Amino acid sequence: MAEKKEMSPELKETLRAGFNKEWRKELRKSIPAKERMKISSQKMPEREPEERNKDFNEVNIGLDAKLAKKEAQRCLDCANPGCVMGCPVGIDIPTFIKLIEIGDYVQSVRKIRETNSLPAICGRVCPQEVQCEETCNIKKAKGEGVKIGNLERFVSDYESLKGDVYIPQIQPATGKKVAVIGAGPAGLTVAGEMARNGHKVTIFEALHISGGVLVYGIPEFRLPKSILKSEVEYLEKLGVELRENFVVGLTATLEDLKNDGYDAFFIGTGAGLPNFMRIPGENLVGIYSANEYLTRVNLMKAYEFPDYDTPVFLGKRVAVIGGGNVAMDSVRTAKRLGAELAAIVYRRSRVEMPARVEEVHHGEEEGIEFHFLTTPIRYIADEKGRVKAMECLRMKLGEPDSSGRRRPVPIEGSEFIMEVDMVVVAIGQSPNPLIPQTTPQLNVGKWGNVEVDWDTMATSIEGVYAGGDIIRGGATVILAMGDARIAAAEMHKYLSEKKKKRKVPSAESKNKG
Amino acid sequence: MAKILQRERLVPNIHLIEVHAPEIAQKSKPGQFVIIMPDEKGERIPLTIADWDKEKGSVTSVFMVVGTSTHKLSLVEAESEVPVFVGPLGKPSEIKKYGTVLLAGGCFGIAAIYPIARALKEKGNKIITLLDVKANYLLYWEERLRAVSDQFFVSSRDSYYNCKDYIPKTLQNIIKKGSKINRVISIGCTYLMYTCSEATKPYGIETSVSLNPIMVDGTGMCGACRVTVDGRTKFACVDGPDFNGHLVDWEELFSRRKSYFDDEIQSLCHWEKNNFPR
Ligand SMILES: Cc1cc2nc3c(=O)[nH]c(=O)nc-3n(C[C@H](O)[C@H](O)[C@H](O)COP(=O)(O)OP(=O)(O)OC[C@H]3O[C@@H](n4cnc5c(N)ncnc54)[C@H](O)[C@@H]3O)c2cc1C
Ligand SMILES: Cc1cc2nc3c(=O)[nH]c(=O)nc-3n(C[C@H](O)[C@H](O)[C@H](O)COP(=O)(O)OP(=O)(O)OC[C@H]3O[C@@H](n4cnc5c(N)ncnc54)[C@H](O)[C@@H]3O)c2cc1C
Ligand code: SF4
Ligand code: FES
Repeated sequence: MAEKKEMSPELKETLRAGFNKEWRKELRKSIPAKERMKISSQKMPEREPEERNKDFNEVNIGLDAKLAKKEAQRCLDCANPGCVMGCPVGIDIPTFIKLIEIGDYVQSVRKIRETNSLPAICGRVCPQEVQCEETCNIKKAKGEGVKIGNLERFVSDYESLKGDVYIPQIQPATGKKVAVIGAGPAGLTVAGEMARNGHKVTIFEALHISGGVLVYGIPEFRLPKSILKSEVEYLEKLGVELRENFVVGLTATLEDLKNDGYDAFFIGTGAGLPNFMRIPGENLVGIYSANEYLTRVNLMKAYEFPDYDTPVFLGKRVAVIGGGNVAMDSVRTAKRLGAELAAIVYRRSRVEMPARVEEVHHGEEEGIEFHFLTTPIRYIADEKGRVKAMECLRMKLGEPDSSGRRRPVPIEGSEFIMEVDMVVVAIGQSPNPLIPQTTPQLNVGKWGNVEVDWDTMATSIEGVYAGGDIIRGGATVILAMGDARIAAAEMHKYLSEKKKKRKVPSAESKNKG
Repeated sequence: MAKILQRERLVPNIHLIEVHAPEIAQKSKPGQFVIIMPDEKGERIPLTIADWDKEKGSVTSVFMVVGTSTHKLSLVEAESEVPVFVGPLGKPSEIKKYGTVLLAGGCFGIAAIYPIARALKEKGNKIITLLDVKANYLLYWEERLRAVSDQFFVSSRDSYYNCKDYIPKTLQNIIKKGSKINRVISIGCTYLMYTCSEATKPYGIETSVSLNPIMVDGTGMCGACRVTVDGRTKFACVDGPDFNGHLVDWEELFSRRKSYFDDEIQSLCHWEKNNFPR
């Protein structure tokens, strides 16, 4: 659910100043609120389900200028914009929308970039329906808020289409070196911010392509990889160095990097450890973690096998266990790779599904089946050790648990067999343990998450910050980015104050062997 | 990108590759591995680190040509580059004073046990090395291994070497002759490690094996490499690759390694057709 955040006084001031500008007053007058309320929500143009469920091209086509303008006109330009309260990073939403209405797309996207460094990505993957669009003031009256996400995507696509990507002014070099560990949305954001502040930034990434979950997890049909590529190129233009194929903790420890002269660190290593259910038969051939399945397909391009060397099973009857975005991406991928049955098997009911509403809707159109209130308890092998069926149990919903969602309880004697030839387990990921294991002074919480001071994102080690899924467990792109911005601001403060201070502790002291 | 310094055929079907990777060379320990990708469209495949040179900044692996990726690697030339060379991955082998350690290696495992033998020797262990080859001409690195061994045996089917039997039998013969052996370490193909583990079981000699399940990332992110050891699921790339061979679920490992059998054949045919048209 949307958390209505208390706005900071600065944000309130910015919003007010924008609201009171002459052109905004004029614009509000040009179409009365009553008329605006009559405009119905503009539908995102998308490719036909039967066409798109066979390839990996993007599902949504994007608004054109006409549709974008119409949608922007729906926005009332409120004095107290509810939308901003639902946005985890406090984007000045009314200003960027009104700039679209008057056709000034370049200024509009720059407005977003003041608080959101990855608008083309967030416009596509943020769960807007539980954030800004949920708290939008017209949602109550109209049932649908302004389609803020679609508008965000529209202006950022315009920016990249025009090749008019704004390179901010880079502050004079400070001589300080910053190491960013992990090239997911959190790491990329910190890198951008710190480079703008004049620091020398190096990103260390374990995989061979930067982007984190955005490249290895989220499929092309939802987030084209070219978008990520341009984000990474943008960072390179800011002078950020990328060291891919470098596993911090193994290729070098954090301590080693410190001895190499890095002055500050950001840990953005994500929640890469796949969870399994620990039920019998889970290691049978044909049972994947969502991470493995999606990595084979997205990062290794197994959908182009044998032109690419990495293979992937082309299951005909595929069950995906789970109800989040990861499960939806997996099941829609399986459909695209030719599955006759591509089914979500989820232990709760539809309303509890954590996936974005749009993805569930798209999945339904594409022919995905949904088996709610069902959980597997055992996998059954054929004579070759491949999965051929799974035994399931029906569930019902009991009392709400700590997350507020009703807890699923098994119905006794409801066992039944479902025939499948491939299963994808998508029940969540845990924080990546590599850095905690190789960095003894780093405080780690109960679930393996790196502990931070939530106001500054500082960890238990001086000069080391963290953010994103490594501190939250599996969360969202926008939260990762929000953490990253706080961390970058604090890190910059730390480095500026540190200027004349002490030398780094001596090399040999701790953490060897 | 990593530069290839050397690629050489050691014996038929087995090649050595030396790669410029100064950071990895600094950190390498016996028993660890790297992930290499032969070209941009290639697979990420794991290879054990067979040697390293900190001064030169290089890492060496030895591989057997089996499918598409290893075929591609066998054609890589010095001075060219591979897009991915990452490591050192996995936990290092446990190097301590055991007493007498028998190292049993076959195919690429002959090279893979070398750094372990060297490190164990330096720790003051007595080293018995036992290598397995199908024929005499397939033996390589004999000098290197002899140099770190107190006793040296070769099992070869056509042999003027010590013995003709397949390695587990020779291994049992050595044990039966009364040598007190405190630990066995076996590296090579899955079948060799399995049979060596079976051979030592009756004698209760702890036997470490270096498991080789299919991997993708090699950093604990995907779970492709899961193996069952002592009834529990482990990720070989981060919890291993070394495990107690007596506790491994071998049947599961054999079956999981065959996951893509048909695809591998298709992949190789496809590659051959495109690269060696008739
Ligand atoms: C399939 C899928 C679909 C999703 N869909 C959505 C969605 O629609 N909307 C949404 O908001 N969120 C979605 N999420 C969640 C979102 O992607 C994550 O919350 C977000 O990517 C977290 O960002 P991060 O930067 O913290 O970590 P990550 O994106 O996980 O990036 C971490 C990076 O660090 C690297 N790394 C790890 N360890 C090391 C190391 N030791 N050394 C060097 N590098 C290391 C990893 O290789 C990785 O590249 C989805 C997640 C998945 C898996
Ligand atoms: C930790 C570890 C260390 C290894 N060290 C060495 C080594 O030093 N020298 C050496 O020659 N081999 C080593 N292997 C095995 C080597 O990785 C495989 O032989 C190689 O991946 C085969 O690729 P291919 O495309 O040539 O063959 P394919 O035709 O793809 O497969 C042939 C066989 O290799 C196995 N295999 C396929 N893909 C992979 C993969 N991505 N990861 C692991 N195994 C796979 C399959 O089980 C199959 O039976 C090691 C494996 C592991 C897990
Ligand atoms: S709350 Fe809705 S209508 Fe009001 S400014 Fe925000 S987007 Fe526009
Ligand atoms: S290879 Fe992916 S977790 Fe081990």
